Amino acid sequence: MTAETNTPPAPAADNQGRFVVIAWLVLSAVATPLVAIFLGPIIPPGNATVQGQGQVFDNQVMTALATPIVCLLVVYFAYTLATFRARRGAELVDGPPLREHHGIQVVWIIVTGIMVLFLAGFGTYELLKDGAGGGQGPNAIAFPPNHKNALEVQVIGQQWEFTYRYPSLGGMESSQLVLPANTDVELHVTSLDVIHSFWAVELGVKADANPGVDNVAYVETRDPLTFHVRCAELCGLWHGYMFNNGRIVSQSDFQTWATQAQKQYAPIAKYVPKYSHTYLPDPQRRAG
Amino acid sequence: MRTVGGKLLLTAAVVLAGGLLIGFYVAKLSTEAGSAAYTVPVQNENGHPVVNMEIMTVAAIGPNLSPNPDWVSYLIKDTSGQWRRETVWKLPANATVHVTIYNFDGASALRNNYLARPHGMVGNHITVDGKTVNSINPDDASHTFAVPQLDMILAIPGVADDAKNQCDIAPCPMSTAHRTISFTFHTKAPGHYRWQCFVPCAAGWIDGFGGPMQTIGYMDGFLDIT
Repeated sequence: MTAETNTPPAPAADNQGRFVVIAWLVLSAVATPLVAIFLGPIIPPGNATVQGQGQVFDNQVMTALATPIVCLLVVYFAYTLATFRARRGAELVDGPPLREHHGIQVVWIIVTGIMVLFLAGFGTYELLKDGAGGGQGPNAIAFPPNHKNALEVQVIGQQWEFTYRYPSLGGMESSQLVLPANTDVELHVTSLDVIHSFWAVELGVKADANPGVDNVAYVETRDPLTFHVRCAELCGLWHGYMFNNGRIVSQSDFQTWATQAQKQYAPIAKYVPKYSHTYLPDPQRRAG
Repeated sequence: MRTVGGKLLLTAAVVLAGGLLIGFYVAKLSTEAGSAAYTVPVQNENGHPVVNMEIMTVAAIGPNLSPNPDWVSYLIKDTSGQWRRETVWKLPANATVHVTIYNFDGASALRNNYLARPHGMVGNHITVDGKTVNSINPDDASHTFAVPQLDMILAIPGVADDAKNQCDIAPCPMSTAHRTISFTFHTKAPGHYRWQCFVPCAAGWIDGFGGPMQTIGYMDGFLDIT
């Protein structure tokens, strides 16, 4: 008696394949537009900045592309579980041998190759378009269109708080990050001690803060809002508490805030070092 | 012999239990580990809660108050006049808190000079040895008392290097050299507000930021606002 004679009756192989392909196509045709239209736009970080909006679009494209693949897996596994499940009490037997299928292999390589190459090209284009809100190191290569008129703001990480300096306001430093609306901002991120990571969540900005390194990131703000700032690099005891809120405000509110902040800053101005893209605190400035 | 379903259930239960244990451990570590909570006595003035706190900062906690006798530390004075190494302080919400800090430690200097500007307390100024100031020389800073969630920070000037009669270990008698800093702030809504020292003052540790700077119960703690 051969194994084949003990195998439970199953649909013919051609019908199985056809059923899976048709079910996959139908499910993908329904799910992909739904994901692209309804799920994609609500994926973070949101539309608070041009770069954030670009990230939402990127996530939308990638999620839409991934949807047919997820659908194929779901359909295949569901069909397999339903059709090839061993019935209770049935004798356990080996299935039919798998044989190569030249056509499937060629299609698989071509389709996945095209997708990978497309995503590589798409991702590179999106990154180089305006920097995508990411830290680019001291010598940025991707700039937003109006970067030459950008407002420069320095982000200084220290255990365990971010502070911010505004060279255009006389090097004024503040514990609050306030940005004017509809403005290109050039962020210079650095650290005074260990490695931190500046993550302005809703702005779509994330840049590592390394001691002695100037990490540049660009962002173009849009309408006023309050956003979250977090440290995204495990940096010690209070890493989990290293967060605060930043604000995008109107141009006039920014001027009002700047005037007030400069006034508060005045008593300490003489002690703060001249504005620089990096700081290396005196090594004697520690105990022991 | 267990069924496949039983094994899956057992595996899921073990993973869940392990995850919960790790979660509880980390949560405990990140909140009150290293220090018992001290409930600060509250007075009532015209229906408004008022708190008076006396705090001490010392260069070495000594063997009687810690297994790490050479660690720098904060202490708080209880109602019996005893100094306790407890840095989780229970305070009422929306209260006025008068704080007096006695610092017996020398200066280490701030790493970020901006932090030498006191702010977040009433009037955005502090009193140092009876004199009201709105900044101190960053090189004179010995420690800071900072509650970033309240956007409050003040740098504490240190005892001069050549001061006579300096205190070696805690608790330091008031007859030894010290600086007195006082200020007032208001607590806000109930919550867990961390406080910390920003001066890299941990002697013998890399960059002065290990040991007592990374352990709740010395230079870090919570304002447990209820």
